[in-house]
Amino acid sequence: MPELLEVKNLSVSFFTPAGEVQAVRNVSFSLKAGEVLALVGESGCGKSALCRSIMKLLPGTARIKSGSILANGADITHYGERDMKKLRGRLFAMVLQDPMTALNPTMTVGAQIAEAVRVHRPRISRAALRDRTAELMELVGIDRPRERMERYPHQFSGGMRQRAVLAAALAGDPAILFADEPTTALDVTVQAQILDLFRDLQRRLGTAAVFVTHDLGVVARVADRVAVMYAGKIVETGTVEEVFYDPRHPYTWGLLRALPALAGGRDSLYAIPGMPPTLVNPPKGDAFACRNEYALAIDYEEEPPMFPVTDTHSAATWLLDPRAPKIAPPAGGGAVGR
Amino acid sequence: MAGEVLLDAQGLAHAFPLTRTMSVKALDGLSFQIRRGEVYGLVGESGCGKSTAARCVMNLLRPQAGRVLYRGIDTCDPKAFRANRRMLQRNRQLIFQDSAASLDPRMRVGDIIAEPLRLQRVTPPRGTCRDEAAFQMKYVGLDPGYLDKYPGELSGGQRQRVAIARALAMEPELLVADEPIASLDVSIQAQIVNLFKHLQAEHGFSFLFIAHDLAMVEFLCSRVGVMYRGRLVEEAPARELFARPLHPYTRALVSAIPIPDPRRERARKPVEFRGGELPPGGLWTEASPGHFVLEERGDAP
Repeated sequence: MPELLEVKNLSVSFFTPAGEVQAVRNVSFSLKAGEVLALVGESGCGKSALCRSIMKLLPGTARIKSGSILANGADITHYGERDMKKLRGRLFAMVLQDPMTALNPTMTVGAQIAEAVRVHRPRISRAALRDRTAELMELVGIDRPRERMERYPHQFSGGMRQRAVLAAALAGDPAILFADEPTTALDVTVQAQILDLFRDLQRRLGTAAVFVTHDLGVVARVADRVAVMYAGKIVETGTVEEVFYDPRHPYTWGLLRALPALAGGRDSLYAIPGMPPTLVNPPKGDAFACRNEYALAIDYEEEPPMFPVTDTHSAATWLLDPRAPKIAPPAGGGAVGR
Repeated sequence: MAGEVLLDAQGLAHAFPLTRTMSVKALDGLSFQIRRGEVYGLVGESGCGKSTAARCVMNLLRPQAGRVLYRGIDTCDPKAFRANRRMLQRNRQLIFQDSAASLDPRMRVGDIIAEPLRLQRVTPPRGTCRDEAAFQMKYVGLDPGYLDKYPGELSGGQRQRVAIARALAMEPELLVADEPIASLDVSIQAQIVNLFKHLQAEHGFSFLFIAHDLAMVEFLCSRVGVMYRGRLVEEAPARELFARPLHPYTRALVSAIPIPDPRRERARKPVEFRGGELPPGGLWTEASPGHFVLEERGDAP
């Protein structure tokens, strides 16, 4: 199967008065058609910057320093705004965290979805435009679309707004959907509905998706593959089962152990000690070493490469080196949950 | 823990006007009690009135009906409040959800933590206000080297600790926390929740914990009340509530908690809740000792 999106050794930096912030450091991943990849990590680890650099939605202070982005086999790394405009919406679309700020409060919901449709089909007739808008709204599970079209965003609930944003994103039949924390602002009951909608759409339309989140419960529900990011790098990647049941990187262990569902009756939660490093001057060696209770001497000296575990699973930790001491992983193995 | 009742909210009701004829009922006859040394969790969907309840308890908003008794003093009565103002303001402290917005960006961390002491003219128990601030910072796990930083220079978890240190500086009896961890990362959430648990065990203060992360509530709280449309629909000890939810809304809520396990998470079927208004009335019945549920009388369509 051909790769729909392939990112090779991508590095992105923000140039700020405080210095160069290395938000994305040497990241490689690929996405096949119809696949859902979850990017997991703490805030500031570069997951949003990675998505935005692929869509070229970064502010002027940011620059792609090295690496390449291949979409459908074409190198889009140095595409300018005019070329990108042709791709956005058709090749990839984006759903943001907060649907209230993504929608224009002074326009009806229908008009905003219609606007997205018209961008892709400028010559569409008025009646066909209404039909297409209603069809999109129905697709994302909004009942009575013809009536709801005339409503304003503030008359919609949070879940409905996120559905409307999704409808606008799907207007150009994108091959890849970037979803940046799409359910973080929603209630748990609504979150479950939206996640199921995502999975359902992805199955019916065959849309590939990159799902940015910090909630491992969300990952468990929607993702086919997982990439764990830390300090601008992907530290572990694998299928969802491999990462949850056989995690190899100490940071993934920490994330899994911090969940209250996995506390197993203990009266304190595991907390990863310390803070993530600043990306202005990333530390020498493994960026996670100073928070890692399993750190080896080499972690402070040399950055670990990606060690393959299986064909689809690999992790960047010296613990996987054949010379490293064997450690029983404190998390994973399927003995989780309530 | 059958301690004395510290806080007693009785029949709180408040409606916010939308237009001349319409209003939103944020609280609709909400009653709950917090005993001394108890961690009480209040959960519910956004817009169900959790924060309004917290604001009523803290006297930031006067409810249109009902009263809040704190140690038997009716805090909603201006006269009783004035007579006990110092005690009430000292003994009850609030932690807001968004510490980026609730801390003054132009004040240094040390001044923020010591400000309540200055306002209440409390003699700092550890020498100067600065010493006291440094002590509280160490207590919540912050390096006192941050004393002269501004909130904008701190990370989300550190700022939340500053907000906690500020609340603890008054050595309160009742701590009200309105979604204190919602804006934080998973690993930082764990740090803050551990801190709450540790402080609570050491200080023995009572705690009203408002959240929508049910897994954290189950972990931290001893008793939990579930709110829906301004009313309490179920109340029980935390373990009991999550093991045997009775009200249909609680069932939907508990079944929607994501499980960080792909196989089980994908097999999970969330219970649907039909939503809409609760029928008026309803019976507050005790299903088992300490486990209360709002039962609808008859089956109204």
